[in-house]
Amino acid sequence: MVSVKLWGSLRDLAEGQETVEVEASNFKELLDALAAKYPALKPQIDRGVSLAVDGLVYRNSWFTEVKPDSEVVLMPYMKGG
Amino acid sequence: MNFQSNTKANFKVVGTRVPRPDGVDKVTGRALYGADLNVPGMQVGLILRSPHAHATINRIDTSAAAALPGVKAIVTSADLGVPEDQSLRDVQDNCLARGKVLYDGHAVAAVAAKDMATAKAALKLIKVDYTPLPHVTDVDEAMKSDAPVVQEARADESVPAGCGPNVTHYCEFGHGDLEAGFGKADLILERSFTTAATHQGYIEPHACVASYGNDDKADLWCTTQGQYFVRDLCSGILGIEGSQLRVTASEIGGGFGGKTTVFIEPVALALSRKAGRPVKIVMSRVDVFRATGPTVSSSMDVRIGMTKDGRITAAEAKLRYQGGAFPCGTVDMGAQAAFAAYDLKAVRTQGWNALTNRPKEAAYRAPGAPMAIYAVESVVDELCQQLDLDPLDVRILNAADAGTKSSYGPTFDQIGLLATLEAAKVHDHYRAPLGENQGRGLSCGFWFNFGGNTSVSLAINSDGTVSVTEGNPDIGGSRASISMMAAEELGVAYEKVRTIITDTNSLGQNDVTDGSRVTFAVGLATIKAARAAIRVMCGRVAKIWGIDEDAVVWEDGAAKPSGPNAGDFEPMTLAEIAAISSETGGPIAGHHEVNAEGAGVSFGVHLADVEVDPETGATKVLRYTVFQDAGKAVHPDYVEGQMQGGAVQGIGWALNEEYIYGEDGRLQNAGFLDYRVPVASDLPNIDTVILEIPNPGHPYGVRGVGETPIVPPLAALSNAVGRAIGVRLHDLPMSPPKILKAVMTKG
Repeated sequence: MVSVKLWGSLRDLAEGQETVEVEASNFKELLDALAAKYPALKPQIDRGVSLAVDGLVYRNSWFTEVKPDSEVVLMPYMKGG
Repeated sequence: MNFQSNTKANFKVVGTRVPRPDGVDKVTGRALYGADLNVPGMQVGLILRSPHAHATINRIDTSAAAALPGVKAIVTSADLGVPEDQSLRDVQDNCLARGKVLYDGHAVAAVAAKDMATAKAALKLIKVDYTPLPHVTDVDEAMKSDAPVVQEARADESVPAGCGPNVTHYCEFGHGDLEAGFGKADLILERSFTTAATHQGYIEPHACVASYGNDDKADLWCTTQGQYFVRDLCSGILGIEGSQLRVTASEIGGGFGGKTTVFIEPVALALSRKAGRPVKIVMSRVDVFRATGPTVSSSMDVRIGMTKDGRITAAEAKLRYQGGAFPCGTVDMGAQAAFAAYDLKAVRTQGWNALTNRPKEAAYRAPGAPMAIYAVESVVDELCQQLDLDPLDVRILNAADAGTKSSYGPTFDQIGLLATLEAAKVHDHYRAPLGENQGRGLSCGFWFNFGGNTSVSLAINSDGTVSVTEGNPDIGGSRASISMMAAEELGVAYEKVRTIITDTNSLGQNDVTDGSRVTFAVGLATIKAARAAIRVMCGRVAKIWGIDEDAVVWEDGAAKPSGPNAGDFEPMTLAEIAAISSETGGPIAGHHEVNAEGAGVSFGVHLADVEVDPETGATKVLRYTVFQDAGKAVHPDYVEGQMQGGAVQGIGWALNEEYIYGEDGRLQNAGFLDYRVPVASDLPNIDTVILEIPNPGHPYGVRGVGETPIVPPLAALSNAVGRAIGVRLHDLPMSPPKILKAVMTKG
């Protein structure tokens, strides 16, 4: 299982939890598992999210590996100027 | 992806200040910018814009205009479909209003005519029947429950119950027990701030030429930060396949984020489709101000607690951003960036985005971050003043470092904040004496930096030169940097490499030139493409020598046997290998396609000295120094240029620039006479100190550098002015009337 920290405004969509656990080995599996376990998160996931894995921020990148001991933080989709 | 094992430390080309490849073209006028392209049969396109801040469109009568001789086509939103995708529909509705006009300058209809005079006459003949509606242009007013509703039902699921109808997005970040943290503080300050919307102020207005054939194949030339993004948006709006729309980016006269979307391109294509002729549209400067995205404006509350020895015990920010008439998520990034420079045990940021009757916000260098960090760094500075603490020492004491749990969630890896602060601490600027009415301000800044989709092709030519093809418009010197990295990797002279930027049909997808991504991501792909070509060349040489490929290495621009056991062969240079490529298997090339990750975050520290004239309220910037971690500065001139450019734009935000709306909701200062950006005579030399803490996510240690420099200036200037006049302003810009009022109020 991977522990995923949610940004605050998503917590209400995940039964009030700050950190949730899902079975996943990469970015895509993690998003699928989150959407299946907490359907209220799906609209946000569909609009786009970034994922910080051990301090590095990833956009999209489905096959980015996540391990049970990875620090995983779900973040808004980033854009630059 | 980790390149640590391949990270270089000793460079021959990278890190030098080679001549820029686009310099001669740009100073001689040969370079082709957006408005420079003309094609046979081309029609002039003009756009009719709303005179109202908010109104229902009851009817558009184009009959008289259509009957005018020389008018070839007229389009309104009715000539476009209704895309299923909401974000695409928003882009389309911003290009041509559907049902309602949402801001002063919103496009309503467009004409294509044989010449400018006919097009102007036709615009006057289009009759639009409006019913004006109540409007709102201020974010705090827009968030009220009884505010005029800009668009119905646009809130996403993040918005808590009870918010006003214009709130479209809410976010929250942080960790720890805030109240317990504040309980440990010796001093808590809570302050409110506002910042104005500011325009990117690029020199070159938006311009394009569209040519739509009767075979449903189309070409588009335009000034943009991303031709692929333009293709995707326009093909979606026009309902044609991406492969049938070829988009070519011109040279670009500045973007800064403002050319990461489309305003006129789908309109020009729709006109061309209807007219059966190419159509050119060049926006006027007034239209640029009225109808292309400025940055968000903001209203913010910040509360920070500090012990008397300078430790921040708790910090909280509430950010309210208006992003114009369409939803945006810019407050997300402001809320994440707000306290990123600090190692905090208790921190929370909340953000709200609200709709207003203003043009849709567009990205502008580190979107969302400068205003949030302005508010935070202002309060930190005031705490230092009230507790009689050195503001630089306090920032060093509280600075985020490797292992810090960031305020937005992840734990930082190696970062360069402390190094930049320590560089500032020992710099002459920090000890320079100040005179009467003068003050010194300091601020930290932060930006995330991104990678993204990138595709590069690198060809080894038979004469031993190298051609690199990439798909990102060159805004900040990327052609030079990319050529340098190719030369470095291949071991050839910089002058042997030429990098060009190609159209959308010639390479795979390339994301927009934004997010400080290009030198990082395109450079990474170029290095990998060069390595692919090297593998091919080593393979060819191995066959010539009759040894295993593994027994050939690439050093100093030549293939060599990997050791005595590989055999005794003279090295073969790239030129020698290239010259016989036909005989050894054909052309030699390398490609790399990647969604690049591992950009690494970036920090900067700015020092500003100002003198305020107490008689007029005018602020003169006396001295300005930028310290920033570049990871590795590929071309130091360009890095310094980014640092200086960001600082200058930030000085504009701090002192002069603002969108001013009248009671009628119309923009009052749509031009550079009334919207004043800093000019050379307003500025001192912007000094720079580049630090190089390698980014482990790039083979040369490169980080993005383009956006961080606009983050600290707002607070650096505000802190300097506050210390110069002995009273703090909390609203940007600090224009002379506001400063004078503050000085007079102080007595």
